[in-house]
Amino acid sequence: MRNKTEKNAGSRRGVVLRLVKTLFSFYPVLLPIAIICIIFDAVISAIPSVFMQNVLAVVEDTFQSGDWSAASGAILGMVGILGALYVLSLIAGFTHTQLMAIITQGSLAKMREKMFDGMQDLPIKYFDTHNHGDVMSYYTNDIDTLRQMISQSFPQLLRAVILCLAVLFIMLYYSVWLTLLVLLGVVCMIVVVKKVGGGSARYFLRQQQAIGKTEGFVEEMMNGQKVIKVFCHEEEAKADFDKVNDELFENSRTAHRYANMLMPILSNIGYVLYVAVALVGGYLLLLGVPNISISGLAFSISIVVPFLNMTRQFTGNIGQMSNQVNAIVMGLAGTKRIFDLVDEKPETDEGYVTLVNAKENANGEIEECAERTNVWAWKHPHHDGTITYTKLQGDVRFYDVDFAYEEGKTVLHDISLYAKPGQKIAFVGSTGAGKTTITNLINRFYDIADGKIRYDGININKIKKADLRRSLGIVLQDTNLFTGTVMDNIRYGNLDATDEECIVAAQLAGADDFIRRLPQGYDTPLSGNGASLSQGQRQLLAIARAAVADPPVMILDEATSSIDTRTEAIVQQGMDALMTGRTVFVIAHRLSTVRNSNAIMVLDHGRIIERGTHEELLALKGTYYQLYTGALELD
Amino acid sequence: MIKILAKSIREYKKPAILTPILVTGEVVFECIIPYLIAQLVNQIQAGCEMIVIVKYGTVLVVLALLSLLLGAMAGSYCATASCGLARNLRKDMFYKIQSYSFENIDKFSVSSLVTRMTTDVTNVQQAYMMIIRAAIRSPLMLIFSFIMGFVMGGRVAVIYLVTIPILAIALTLVVRKTMPIFRKVFKKYDALNASVQENIRGMRVVKSYVREEYEKKKFHVAADDVRADFTRAERILALNNPIMMFCVYLVMVVILTFGSYTVITTRGLDLNVGQMSSLLTYNFQILMSLMMLSMVFVMITMAEESAKRIVEVLTEESSLKNPENPVMAVKDGSIDFDNVSFKYSKKADRMALKDINLHIRSGEVIGIIGGTGSSKSTLIQLISRLYDTTEGTVKVGGVDVREYDMEVLRNQVAVVLQKNVLFSGTIKDNLRWGNQDATDEEMIEACKLAQADEFVQQFPDKYDTWIEQGGTNVSGGQKQRLCIARALLKKPKILILDDSTSAVDTRTDALIRKAFREFIPETTKIIIAQRVASVEDADRIIVMDGGTINAIGTHEELLKNNEIYREVYTSQNKAGDNDAQ
Repeated sequence: MRNKTEKNAGSRRGVVLRLVKTLFSFYPVLLPIAIICIIFDAVISAIPSVFMQNVLAVVEDTFQSGDWSAASGAILGMVGILGALYVLSLIAGFTHTQLMAIITQGSLAKMREKMFDGMQDLPIKYFDTHNHGDVMSYYTNDIDTLRQMISQSFPQLLRAVILCLAVLFIMLYYSVWLTLLVLLGVVCMIVVVKKVGGGSARYFLRQQQAIGKTEGFVEEMMNGQKVIKVFCHEEEAKADFDKVNDELFENSRTAHRYANMLMPILSNIGYVLYVAVALVGGYLLLLGVPNISISGLAFSISIVVPFLNMTRQFTGNIGQMSNQVNAIVMGLAGTKRIFDLVDEKPETDEGYVTLVNAKENANGEIEECAERTNVWAWKHPHHDGTITYTKLQGDVRFYDVDFAYEEGKTVLHDISLYAKPGQKIAFVGSTGAGKTTITNLINRFYDIADGKIRYDGININKIKKADLRRSLGIVLQDTNLFTGTVMDNIRYGNLDATDEECIVAAQLAGADDFIRRLPQGYDTPLSGNGASLSQGQRQLLAIARAAVADPPVMILDEATSSIDTRTEAIVQQGMDALMTGRTVFVIAHRLSTVRNSNAIMVLDHGRIIERGTHEELLALKGTYYQLYTGALELD
Repeated sequence: MIKILAKSIREYKKPAILTPILVTGEVVFECIIPYLIAQLVNQIQAGCEMIVIVKYGTVLVVLALLSLLLGAMAGSYCATASCGLARNLRKDMFYKIQSYSFENIDKFSVSSLVTRMTTDVTNVQQAYMMIIRAAIRSPLMLIFSFIMGFVMGGRVAVIYLVTIPILAIALTLVVRKTMPIFRKVFKKYDALNASVQENIRGMRVVKSYVREEYEKKKFHVAADDVRADFTRAERILALNNPIMMFCVYLVMVVILTFGSYTVITTRGLDLNVGQMSSLLTYNFQILMSLMMLSMVFVMITMAEESAKRIVEVLTEESSLKNPENPVMAVKDGSIDFDNVSFKYSKKADRMALKDINLHIRSGEVIGIIGGTGSSKSTLIQLISRLYDTTEGTVKVGGVDVREYDMEVLRNQVAVVLQKNVLFSGTIKDNLRWGNQDATDEEMIEACKLAQADEFVQQFPDKYDTWIEQGGTNVSGGQKQRLCIARALLKKPKILILDDSTSAVDTRTDALIRKAFREFIPETTKIIIAQRVASVEDADRIIVMDGGTINAIGTHEELLKNNEIYREVYTSQNKAGDNDAQ
């Protein structure tokens, strides 16, 4: 990550190019139309100054005579053309602002979808190794900066550049000498923008960092607010906060200072330049220096005056561009982060064995069928073109499995175990012993380094991940419920389940009782991870969700550890009902929940150090015995 | 609302006042400069001497420099004023939160407090910057340009009177139409982001149930809904620009025709060429300021919601107040509950504690046992006045807790909370929370009592070991022991452990209790536990059930007479079932 950000400066152009390409791919028709309208609008905006000047010139020539009829033809003719140009400009302006509104919001939506879709396909490893707050900020902060850039910065920049080019052309048309003078002033302005604008951008980025730091500090303090109260530590907390807060203040003040000063400086340089053009123009007139220009016109007042107007237009647009500097610097940083997320490598899947509905034919052989039979089989196509079917039973075996999250740091060593259909296998051991890691391997959240895992006799690497996971149910320590009704949350386990099936699952889990007592029963809306429910109730819903999925293999990862002993008794009944007839892997802190397992594995530093039934392990008087009698600490 | 926010301006009042003044000056110059430029153009066109141009030029350059100075100063003061307000707002909020009672803290979630102190403050800061700069600048610019227009253009300037109301009405309509949509869509947008957060957190569930495609579909529907609403609002808002350009063009055309007509027919008496060209300039300025004004209006309305959320924090009054003449010393560690009832909020219909009568002698060891929701933690939180009773009184050392200075009381009644937290910093930093001036020896002694010294000594940096935020780099049992040591450093008269040894193994747990008995015998100790083993040697054990005291007695008495206690005991022992947790 760090290397990438360091290259940021160099790859800024790459980010711009890619962003533009992406936007074009989103709106291949509308975007070009919008751009053409912007260019058209800009060019038209540059022309009126010429017309105005001509009108003024006519007025100048005739006003002494006081004869309106003599001048009216020329004036009204010019105003007519000008009016027509204005109408065109209005149409172009209306079209591009409307189109940009559509394009901006549409592109943001598509960008969000792209990010979200990409994110769904990322391996679990990504979520284990990235701070969730950071990932969230792609969707909030970074998308916001992108919006600013697409809707404001890009169009304004484009418009300003085109206008400047058009004005430059007209200026050259009149006089090269004066144009050179204006360009000299522009160079001054660019230096200022670079210096002041660069400072502003630097401090804005620093301000972002300071905000992040403040956020982190506040979060830590708010989390521990009750502890602060208990220890009467308020004054110290205030002093610490002041330090962080003042740093943020200093950075943001400097950033805003630079930004606020840029505009007045630029606009006044514009005025000075204006005066310079007037002076030099006047001087050249006096001296009678020969003019060089596209038009071939000689120096005269009718050149100097429109030139003055154009100078203002030119410098005004430079100011416009400079206004976008901060937005663009921050926007590009945000866009880069968005692209980084989109570019993350998705989870790969080379599996080809799939799970299909099946039935047994008269010969007792298994064959595939389209309708739902509640009998499943693994469909295994072989190299020679034949297809074999293996009934889904839930037989899981590990053969000498090694695993490392990071290369070189093996966390599991030589794990071998057999779980026959319907058996309950328990893992016991302290934090970091590798219990959860083992379950992460069964559903291929992570891939093993060495050894083999077979599911119903098939190497799990050959099974399509989606189908493998569909055949496994999982209940985790931290329940995650989704915004929606209670029914929606149960149905999450099996989208095809009818209401009745969901209720049956809830009954099996022992959740039906409390759900019916909720204000709107199964239709009670849940939000904020089921904040309105107790820990035990949430856990029961998670169990119901697993029950409706009805998988042959279940993984229960510390499913009851945060529930007190008395509530656990209720949850336990649900769990027991759920476990019947399935292959189950249990990880538990509370040894009472693993006592009736067919086999208990005691893990230590990634190795199985003891294995056997509860009675066998007690008789062994080893680690398990010590844990069981409370002589050893588990954490 | 504005009054409350304005209180946070304080030392940044000077820049807040200077900014509009400087801006006013800047505006004056910005209006004079075009006027002079018009004059200069006239002079040049009249074929003036070089010296005239130089004179005008010098004045113009001086004015531009002055304007630059004023503008730059205004910008700088404005930055100080707005960032200063933001700084004070954050500070005031943080300080206010420090004065909150537990009841107040329960009201706000951590994440909402963090957003209020960052995003919301930034929004208000932006709006404030707009107000003291642009909101002053735009109307001033409008008025000045208007006056100048009339001064110079006379009758022709009447066109402004026509176009300004048209533009003003159109812009108001646009803002009025878009604001409700924006408000609605911002809520939807929040919901969309909340669903992303939910998805990230629940990724294991999503993947386990192979719901990636389902989640994508769900997200696309929501994202598209947000897009549709945003687009609708932005398209209306996008009308601003063409409407404004229409007015500019209209005025241009009118001035060019009607202006030329006036100049020619009056032979330059009512209006001369220079004036006519500066009318064109002012036209642009007037309409531009109207446009800015409407944008300021949009910004302020958008910041309103944020301002409300900030004010909510600032106006939340702590539900606990120090008494007027507080008692400054705690006599001993005796505790009395007299007819105490308690509920968490006035609206709650369920009492969390009902009719508690309990008398604890100084130096006694009390165990408390009961299921979740039996209000064990609630009971002990009343002792150090983390909440006030709803009915009845709680006395410590024979004095009502409400009569003590809160700091004195809490220093003498040390509570090790169930949800305990270590802060980022070294172990020593964390221990000093208990006593700012603790010496190394005192810290080691406290850690020895809490059975923490042994593992701390094994860390490479010993007591200088850095603890990560939330204490994630020490184990649960180690964290609990450090928290106990931290509380011990207070040398309190009453020590309360709220399920504070749940992750500690039984042997160490016993050692801690033994150390307490031997080294701090005079301290009253209250121990809440899930594990019967942690309380069975207490002088008395309280069995809590549904907010009432079900029974009080020694281990033996309760085993004989109390149903609940026996049930818990057998579930943990008879089947040989010790909690390993």
